[in-house]
Amino acid sequence: MKTPTLRTSTISAKRSHNRFAYVLLLPALILFFVAFVVPIVYSIVLSVFSRRSDGGGAFAPKQDVFVWFENYAGVLADPTFWAGLQRLGIYSLFMVPILVILSIALALLLDLPKVKLRAFSRMAIFLPYGVPSVIAALMWGFLYVPAISPIYQIGEAFGLDFPPLLRGDLIYTAIINVVLWGGIGFNTIIVYTALQSLPKELIDAARIDGCNEFTIARYVKLPHIVPATILTGLFSVIGALQVYSEPQMLSTLTTAINSTFFPLMRVYRDAFAHDDLNSAATASIILAVATVLLSLLVVGIRTLITRRSSHAIQD
Amino acid sequence: MRSRTRTNALLRTSRPRKGGIIPTFLLLGAVVYFILPIVWVLFASTKTTGELFTTDSFSFGTGFVENIVALFAYENGSFGLWLANSFIYALVGALVSTLLSAGAGYALALYDFPGKKAIMIGLLGGVLLPTITLAIPQYMLFAQLGITNTYWAVLIPVSITPFGIYLAYVYARASVPGELLEAARVDGSTEFRTFRSIGLPLLFPGLVTIFLLQFIGIWNNFLLPYIMQSKSELVPITVAMYLMLNRGGSEPILYSMAITGALVAIIPVIAFVLVLQRFWRLDLISGSLK
Repeated sequence: MKTPTLRTSTISAKRSHNRFAYVLLLPALILFFVAFVVPIVYSIVLSVFSRRSDGGGAFAPKQDVFVWFENYAGVLADPTFWAGLQRLGIYSLFMVPILVILSIALALLLDLPKVKLRAFSRMAIFLPYGVPSVIAALMWGFLYVPAISPIYQIGEAFGLDFPPLLRGDLIYTAIINVVLWGGIGFNTIIVYTALQSLPKELIDAARIDGCNEFTIARYVKLPHIVPATILTGLFSVIGALQVYSEPQMLSTLTTAINSTFFPLMRVYRDAFAHDDLNSAATASIILAVATVLLSLLVVGIRTLITRRSSHAIQD
Repeated sequence: MRSRTRTNALLRTSRPRKGGIIPTFLLLGAVVYFILPIVWVLFASTKTTGELFTTDSFSFGTGFVENIVALFAYENGSFGLWLANSFIYALVGALVSTLLSAGAGYALALYDFPGKKAIMIGLLGGVLLPTITLAIPQYMLFAQLGITNTYWAVLIPVSITPFGIYLAYVYARASVPGELLEAARVDGSTEFRTFRSIGLPLLFPGLVTIFLLQFIGIWNNFLLPYIMQSKSELVPITVAMYLMLNRGGSEPILYSMAITGALVAIIPVIAFVLVLQRFWRLDLISGSLK
């Protein structure tokens, strides 16, 4: 007689516990629904409709017409979209590896035992994280102007003639530099934090075995920070694909960046300058899908590497 | 005694100090690169637009007071308002999103309930989805609801961060033992009391990190307010600086003002980053994908 009552009471207790879990989750779920789910669904709907005038004439009333995947075909057939994607590809291909490599290098330098002014350097490297990217672009934008910039003045004093970065293909250098300046600090600190969790005994043992700082960095520290590195790589890829504020800010100082330079800038133009929400929604979705696929690829590579390294340890 | 001091001295000299010189120089090179724009802005903000083009980069000009006065008088004294807007968006957004992350992360980490898996998958999708590609769809929706050009248009999207929930989840799993919850239950504590008096204090260091990440993320956000707000009195400092420089093309006099504006705009966040740096638990992020 006793057991069933006990059981029902634990079940009802569990139910009331679960009720509390739902209560805790509810506010987040509501906001997630409003800020994520509904906009995504809404943009998917927009992407399969088109606003067209009924009959002919510019003043004929416009109607939403279901067009299946016509908008997708339209965006994918548009050469400016592909040109933007290509520029984004070039930009990412340079930016992401440089960012990841420099972050690792700086973190390893910071972690060396004999380095001086460590706390100061760490702070200075992290500082740009607190600077909004538009303001970083503004500051660098002025530093790219030869008549104002100390970099050009110093170059001139040494007889060096630096080319202006806000022109032609060098505009990539200008954008990448702003992004690197703003991004390296945070990534360095993430990798550095991961290095701190490496047991000191392991490094001491390697040192006693006759390893120098370089071999320790290469064979002890580097394998240890692989997960953190892939994480920073993932953030950098996601960040690279949504680059917007830096080129947008720099475009106020140069004609080398037009309104369709990167895909996201084109989306903005479609939505606000052209008042074509359907095309903007379509391009947003294509970009989002591409980003998620790329992220999954990075996560997949990560799993593969960790699996292989854990196999290596077992062997 | 004597021999021991000698061995100590020997030990000290046997560790070559020069080993640190090259790395130190490399690091200082990086330091110069990272602080160069900030130091330059410090000098440039003291110059009139004319001096900007004619004087040495690292010399003080005569226009600092003039620039500051012009900056705070620009557009009927809106600069202070833009700073205040940034502060409102960042503070409210970071507070709300941290609280929501705490509740959701705690629930996901410590309770086993129907639908948990679906929520986790949705959340992870939200982490991978670039928030910026959401900005335009959010705008379209909010325009339909008629809440663009209000504080809500920025506050609602920044008050929810799947990454924050994920971090809170990871942190809760690592720092709140499930046995503690059981023990509290046996002692007759209600679930809410356990959460408030045991869960939240244990989660606190992680929540501080989520708050700081989110605060700086919102303060630095440009695209979302740029899309949502077309009224000058609602924009944060990032959008205001963009609009100011955009007009500078036709009125170069705005250049020295924009530079001064950049200096004033970065001082609060940089101070914030420096003061709170030691409260960060960034190992939370570096370990979150394990």
